[in-house]
Amino acid sequence: MFAFILRRLAVAIPTLLVLIVLSFLLMHLAPGGPFTQERALPPQVLANLNAKYGLDDPLWRQIWNYVYGIVVHFDFGPSFVYPDRTVNQLIADGFPVTLTYGTLSFLAAVLVGVTLGSLAAIRQNSWLDYLAVGISIGAQVLPNFVMAPLLVLVLTLWLGWLPGGGWSFSDPSFWIMPVIALSTSYMASIARITRSSMLEVLGSNHIRTARAKGMPERRVILRHALRPAMLPVVSYLGPVFVSMITGSVVIDIYFSTGGIGKAFVDSALNRDYAVMMGVTILVGALTILFNLVVDILYAWIDPKIRY
Amino acid sequence: MVIEHDKMRSLAARMAQPEVRGRSPWADARRRFLRNKAAMAGLVILLLVVLFAIFGNHLAVWSNEELDFSVMGQVATMGQPSLENGHYFGTDDLGRDLFARTVQGTQVSLLVGLVGAGIAVIVGTLYGAVAGYVGGRTDQVMMRTVDILMSIPYMFVLILLLVMFGRSMTMLFLGIGLISWLDMARIVRGQTLSLKNREFIEAARATGVSTWRIIIRHIVPNLLGVVAVYATLLVPLMILTESFISFLGLGVQEPLTSWGALISEGAGTMSYGTLWQLAFPLFFFVITLFGFFFVGDGLRDALDPKER
Repeated sequence: MFAFILRRLAVAIPTLLVLIVLSFLLMHLAPGGPFTQERALPPQVLANLNAKYGLDDPLWRQIWNYVYGIVVHFDFGPSFVYPDRTVNQLIADGFPVTLTYGTLSFLAAVLVGVTLGSLAAIRQNSWLDYLAVGISIGAQVLPNFVMAPLLVLVLTLWLGWLPGGGWSFSDPSFWIMPVIALSTSYMASIARITRSSMLEVLGSNHIRTARAKGMPERRVILRHALRPAMLPVVSYLGPVFVSMITGSVVIDIYFSTGGIGKAFVDSALNRDYAVMMGVTILVGALTILFNLVVDILYAWIDPKIRY
Repeated sequence: MVIEHDKMRSLAARMAQPEVRGRSPWADARRRFLRNKAAMAGLVILLLVVLFAIFGNHLAVWSNEELDFSVMGQVATMGQPSLENGHYFGTDDLGRDLFARTVQGTQVSLLVGLVGAGIAVIVGTLYGAVAGYVGGRTDQVMMRTVDILMSIPYMFVLILLLVMFGRSMTMLFLGIGLISWLDMARIVRGQTLSLKNREFIEAARATGVSTWRIIIRHIVPNLLGVVAVYATLLVPLMILTESFISFLGLGVQEPLTSWGALISEGAGTMSYGTLWQLAFPLFFFVITLFGFFFVGDGLRDALDPKER
């Protein structure tokens, strides 16, 4: 097991380095520097700015400093647009918010999706099954940027039940719409995957044996069917995680929740490369870490995998 | 939306099986597809949407750039959909005709979807076929590269690209094309591995056909089934990606528009009571995605009946 994790890390770390260097080179290749404005700056000012941010160093030194700062000090450097703020501060402001509704959405998608999919498979061809299949087909064309306006339209404008935007850590009524908007389409996908894999498992020999020896149905499902049926779901968790982080950009913009998505889009509109790169690299690191966790989880659930 | 990899793999396995003489498997597949009601409905919807994109402008009374000064400033009360003043879908908040705008958005979104999927088909198929056929160290390096690229948060990198190199259509196509081929390359490689030891490939090699020619003339044509199914499922994903970016205001720029941009506008103005601005673009977006998903699933079931 330990060797397996080490082997995975051996792939993960170069990947992350490639991502850092790649995004740095992209910034370097981009036409116009970070200080290109509509009114050109006097050359002396520009030279001073470049010197202050170390942009006049040779390229290899810039890359080295950037990578070194991130790896050793976890420091993404200063923002190019707000001179008094660092990228770390901007990320730290938004991250707790994103983490809160992101975790809730993830749990909601997995728990509801798995429950719905399993029930649909156990009661195949009942009204429950048709309902679950109907929901999951319908929800795949309802991505977060479609769900968000629809939720606001119904729950805020028509019914007036929930605030249409903003964020508060103490008041869960601000959390409901972001979580629903972010989780719906993934919940549907998870339900779909669970249903088809559960159906396959329920038709397999070891389930027939368990039933034949007179085991109660509930126990058959919980003890023998659920675990193997979870394998395709677990391998789908990685993509769900990535998509949820990506979706948080829409949530932050539409609901003004103020997570890291807002920092990202604001910096994109301001051409604040340092913040964009910082967020991209952070998200990349989280993705790689999460995929590692998923792989370990997968190996733990699937008895067929030997490392 | 998820492309179920198990199903794609089973499809690939089926497509690699030696064909039994008798009724052609393609004719069989066509019959199964034609009998699939959801897939046929999807196909009809898609045809209608395409006709709308091509001929919609001939039906429009207003062009997509004209401002209707008679409704400007009082869009909520006078800009609603109406047959009398020619605004079939109403107007947007600037007084532009929403019908013409929706036609334009449909054109752009379909184009992005098709170009994205097209790049995936060409690059992904060639890449996967070469990696699978050549094998050995080349294969290792090529697929490891794909693995690395896949673990990059592509939506963020795409936005990074758009911001740094200007938000143009070309850049959007390029950026979406860059990420779309990765899955295709993996699926095609898997299929190629199972094809490359078949007798007809051996025969070609024995008669001295060059590697490149074997890939183009003998491997790629045998991959078409899998590629077609996957490409059909890829188009809606590309449309979703583009709409996502345009919803954020980072994709297609005015005066061009797309479904994502129109939905974003509609979502921004719905509190003034101009619901039609959200409803019409959303309607076309949703039915088109349904159409592609149904046709894609139908094609997959038709080519791989075991999985029904």
